[in-house]
Amino acid sequence: MSGPKYPGFDTLSLHAGAAPDPATGARATPIHFTSSFAFKSSDHAASLFNMERAGHVYSRISNPTNAVLEERIAALEGGVAGIATASGQAAMHLGLSTIAGAGSHIVASRALYGGSHNLLAYTLKRFGIETTFVDPRDADAWSSAIRPNTKVLFAETLGNPGLDVLNIPHIAAIAHEHFLPLMVDATFTTPYLLRPFEHGADLVFHSATKFLCGHGTAIGGLLVDGGTFDWQAAYDRTGRYAELCEPYDGFHGMVFAEESTVAPFALRARREGLRDFGAVMSPHNAFAVLQGIETLGLRMDRHVTNTRKIVQWLLSHPAVESVSYPELPSHPDYALAQTLLPKGAGAVFTFNLRGDRAAGQRFVDSLKIFSHLANVGDAKSLVIHPASTTHFRVPNDQLALAGIRQGTMRLSVGLEDADDLIEDLAHGLKQSQKGA
Amino acid sequence: MLFTVENTIAYCYTGGKTFHPAQPTAVFIHGAQNDHSVWALQTRYFAHHGWNVLAVDLPGHGRSQGEAKTSVEALAHWLLAVLDAAGVEQAMLAGHSMGSLIALEAAFQAPQRVSHLALLGSTYPMKVSPALLETARNDEQAAIDMVNIWSHSSIAQKPSFPGPGFYAMGGARRLKQRISAINPQQVFYTDFYACNAYANGEKAAAAVRCPTLFIFGARDMMTPPKSTKLLTSTIAHGKLVMVDSGHELMAEQPDAVLDALFSFATS
Repeated sequence: MSGPKYPGFDTLSLHAGAAPDPATGARATPIHFTSSFAFKSSDHAASLFNMERAGHVYSRISNPTNAVLEERIAALEGGVAGIATASGQAAMHLGLSTIAGAGSHIVASRALYGGSHNLLAYTLKRFGIETTFVDPRDADAWSSAIRPNTKVLFAETLGNPGLDVLNIPHIAAIAHEHFLPLMVDATFTTPYLLRPFEHGADLVFHSATKFLCGHGTAIGGLLVDGGTFDWQAAYDRTGRYAELCEPYDGFHGMVFAEESTVAPFALRARREGLRDFGAVMSPHNAFAVLQGIETLGLRMDRHVTNTRKIVQWLLSHPAVESVSYPELPSHPDYALAQTLLPKGAGAVFTFNLRGDRAAGQRFVDSLKIFSHLANVGDAKSLVIHPASTTHFRVPNDQLALAGIRQGTMRLSVGLEDADDLIEDLAHGLKQSQKGA
Repeated sequence: MLFTVENTIAYCYTGGKTFHPAQPTAVFIHGAQNDHSVWALQTRYFAHHGWNVLAVDLPGHGRSQGEAKTSVEALAHWLLAVLDAAGVEQAMLAGHSMGSLIALEAAFQAPQRVSHLALLGSTYPMKVSPALLETARNDEQAAIDMVNIWSHSSIAQKPSFPGPGFYAMGGARRLKQRISAINPQQVFYTDFYACNAYANGEKAAAAVRCPTLFIFGARDMMTPPKSTKLLTSTIAHGKLVMVDSGHELMAEQPDAVLDALFSFATS
């Protein structure tokens, strides 16, 4: 029987979670720049506080502008709920702290953004949460690192900066075999290129600052609950996730897994973590991210097209030792990328310059269109030297394990004319080789 | 809250409050391929406003064990046994979609046990097309998606369910998928079969004497309001409330449904 279809990606990008404002008719989502919301009566107030009615109380817990963004990202990912946070780091922390506490353990890929590595290796450790880092391509390493107190497996869909493609189906199967969820950072791929829940992941987060916002303006994060993981079944089998399956003293003895069969994680993340840690996104920023998401599909296509042209051009340049991009047969995850990333392997990649660190500095300093800064996913093209910036706290041995050399350059390819970008890179490469 | 009913474990959500036999009781009955959580907001309100709540998971659904039952009559019999197990003499019954037929039939089987009858997204006969029945039997995931799309009137209903930031259509889809994962016994097909086969609705409706409330979704494609004339004309004393919603009334218009239900229950 041929049946109805869900709205397509671009339609959801424009409409999910948002309708013309019922009070004013405003077609764009208004920025609800208010800290709090008036109650209709004392009974209305009590019922909102007690989750007997859906609505807004205080913008640290929820806000109408943020809610549109949260529902939109949940729709785009194929999940059940989103939570907008102050940054991608806040989204990651909210996700992990909802299910992990002192005495918990995490198994994480070692190919991570430096900030994520810091949070796991140093900061969470200070609060009693230990992390074991593993080679994301080594399935046995994932399995053998799991302990009785492990709460989650964690990785990036595309590792930073080596672009290790996470074998989500395989790692998710390992996680589920142990009654554990898989949480992924999908910042580099966005739901346009990859929808992790369709491949087995259970929790997704984004630095919305990057491609989702897309214009380098707002800092923000998004945590998405796929509604796929059966927390109650895991609790029944292992005793883990009492946070979701036993009464919570911090919310009138609520048992989140009874309140919501499929979204207890999102309920607790909002009712505890967002409430108590308070790392909420500003509605201004939510509006900026919403504006970006409206054109996400169009932009990602152009990001990928430009990236492919530049990758091909760099491959034949004499000043370039190597290019790492999962669409190249030389990349170790080429076959996996063909399967998981048919629309493109993103717009961030690395290449290695011939020469020493000084050559790299000459390259970066001579670029005119590419901006030298610590961000990716802007409409404008960006460049950075990971070893001295994003990963400068990572020890050398771990840098090498993550595939980073002293001469590694990371590009985030923007939406400019590809010919202009190539001309800029040609100039930079020429300068880099002077004096070599 | 767990009971043993017909020698099998039956689960009822109580709205976050302890069950007190001295209070009036409201029973909430979900529809096909669902569980108690579709009533999350309405049940919490009732439970915190002086009512006992028994939001059942039907047999084979969610946390209730056993096999899904193949007839509305058997489900109604089971529901009355739940009341027995809970020590409830009389209760308000609120049912959604298939659950509305169970409530109607329970009122027929034991009218003295039903103080109020609330039928949401209801119709009779509740015929399921042969094509959808076949899809539910042969490709349950495809049937889930069909029904999920037909059951929602919008991808932007506010204030969303169970609260801001939740994507109601995504949540409803996952719930139906979870019911499948917990119980691979073709629950959806069994539920549809029971709806389709139920033939006592007109007789049951003619016997209803208790206060009755109909809540319809103006944009309901599963049980369109225009298809419900047999029920509404037979239960002529029933009150009709129309909300701006598709078939997932409790999620798309949680406050309007709650206000109609609570005002009806306490009137």
